[in-house]
Amino acid sequence: MTSYNKHIIAMIKDNSSVLDLGCGNGELLTRLQEEKNVSGRGIEITEYNIQACINKGISVLHADLNAGLKEHKNNSYDYVILNRTLQIMQYPDKLLIEMLRVGKKAIVNFLNFGFYKNRWQLMFKGIMPVTQAIPYKWFSTPNIHFCTRKDFHYLCKELKIRIVEERYTRQGKTTNTLFPNLFTTEVCCLLEKSLSNID
Amino acid sequence: MQNQKIIVHYEEFIFSDRSERLLLNNGLHFGPVTIRFETYGKLNKEKSNGILILHSFSSDSHAAGWYSKKDQSPGWWHDMIGHNRAFNTQRFFIVCSNVLGGCNGSTGPSSINPQTHKPYGLSFPVITIKDMVNAQYYLMQHLDIPQWYAVAGGSMGGMQALEWVITYPKKVQRTILIATTPSLSTQALAFNFIGRSAIMSDPHWKHGDYYQSKKKPSYGLSIARMLAHITYVSETSLSMKFGRKIQERERFVLDFEDQFTIESYLKHQGTKFVNRFDANTYLYLSKAMDYFDIAASYGSIESALRKSKSKFLIISFSSDWRFPPQASKKLVTALIRTHHEVSYVELECPFGHDCFLLKTEQQAKLIKGFLNA
Repeated sequence: MTSYNKHIIAMIKDNSSVLDLGCGNGELLTRLQEEKNVSGRGIEITEYNIQACINKGISVLHADLNAGLKEHKNNSYDYVILNRTLQIMQYPDKLLIEMLRVGKKAIVNFLNFGFYKNRWQLMFKGIMPVTQAIPYKWFSTPNIHFCTRKDFHYLCKELKIRIVEERYTRQGKTTNTLFPNLFTTEVCCLLEKSLSNID
Repeated sequence: MQNQKIIVHYEEFIFSDRSERLLLNNGLHFGPVTIRFETYGKLNKEKSNGILILHSFSSDSHAAGWYSKKDQSPGWWHDMIGHNRAFNTQRFFIVCSNVLGGCNGSTGPSSINPQTHKPYGLSFPVITIKDMVNAQYYLMQHLDIPQWYAVAGGSMGGMQALEWVITYPKKVQRTILIATTPSLSTQALAFNFIGRSAIMSDPHWKHGDYYQSKKKPSYGLSIARMLAHITYVSETSLSMKFGRKIQERERFVLDFEDQFTIESYLKHQGTKFVNRFDANTYLYLSKAMDYFDIAASYGSIESALRKSKSKFLIISFSSDWRFPPQASKKLVTALIRTHHEVSYVELECPFGHDCFLLKTEQQAKLIKGFLNA
């Protein structure tokens, strides 16, 4: 199992309800059902992945996350997950707000652009970083909104979102570091609304 | 194996002929009722593998197989039903019946009224989708099936599947809804009205009392079908298939014999339809579709579906403007909000509402996955 999936699973309590945005082939939801007995639902955009979810018995909805989550009522899930998808959203900020509207908590696992190898490529090679985690060239990448860990923290502050817990991945492996903005490739955050933001 | 023609037979079941009469939506009791149906596969000992297939507006109980070796074409959903197909007859017991009000074996306006010994015509009661479903419920009891493993249907068949899960929420474990809607759009109501108007303005229609006449309201019925046919396809698929091709002549000579290929195609569709369909059934079934509105009947779509214990698979087609994806999405939203297990797919397909019967490969995979998971 990938480390970011491990992080996400560790953050979720038993018997909770989960909405997985961009759920892919349903692998994470299947594990969550097996290990945490969650009631899960996924949202996916590709027919191929939807078919895979249905074959696994995962409930999946064909939708574009850029259209928001308006079908879903306030606080109707314990957790809303966004795994490696934040950077392809048109409006990442609006989606975060939506996630914490329909979910009591949100889990966002995102690619940290501040990783030192990215900085190295830009600084010394003078090119847009291409790495294992972000294999695309600048002109054909679906990733339109990269951020660093620090950027994400700033955004959460601005949106009055509290980061309850943070776990790190470095090149596919769980890691711990004093300088996460520099030495992690992925950051997994458990989020909730700040008290001041509760309506 | 797949090339061998599988011969099937239809059966008929008569009910509501004595004390207990079918109570219709309009408050009247009606009978006797004959329901023609076909079954494929075997009901298991536990009686837990029954699947009810609901047919669309112009189809019938003949969903799969051939009636004889000489038979030209198989049942209307043949690609989906059979050995190792989406509805696997090795595993499931498949039932499909002609709807109440139909003209292919079940009691409808062309049937003989036992009291007058003449066809009902317009004295046949106006029926609703719920009446069709209630009649199917009698069939379910007759077949001694306590609960459906699944109900499935497209278009008007999807309306029946929806009504099943609403009216008999404990009798349906899985519901498959394809290119359907919680109610027809205003535009669809308008097209249905024009179709009925074409039939009713045919002088041979005679207020529905044409069964003993030599001449039938074929002209009106074929116009209704031609119009409806355009709404089942898309602009793209018509252009792809016919473009502005000319029929029979090399070039136009500027008279009224000049014909685009699309014209002769539609005529052909109209004529073919007239030979197999009853004009009064067209009126009754299109009315039943018009009346279907689960939000109006049950307060809201959500309250209609709240009691159901079913899982749902909902499929729509990107280019379908008669039963558009937005209509399916309304159902999806209501099911999300009532905490149902629901999967939704909008399949990319250019052929309009007809994708239901044309794009079977993807549907088969989805249905197979859904039924087997």
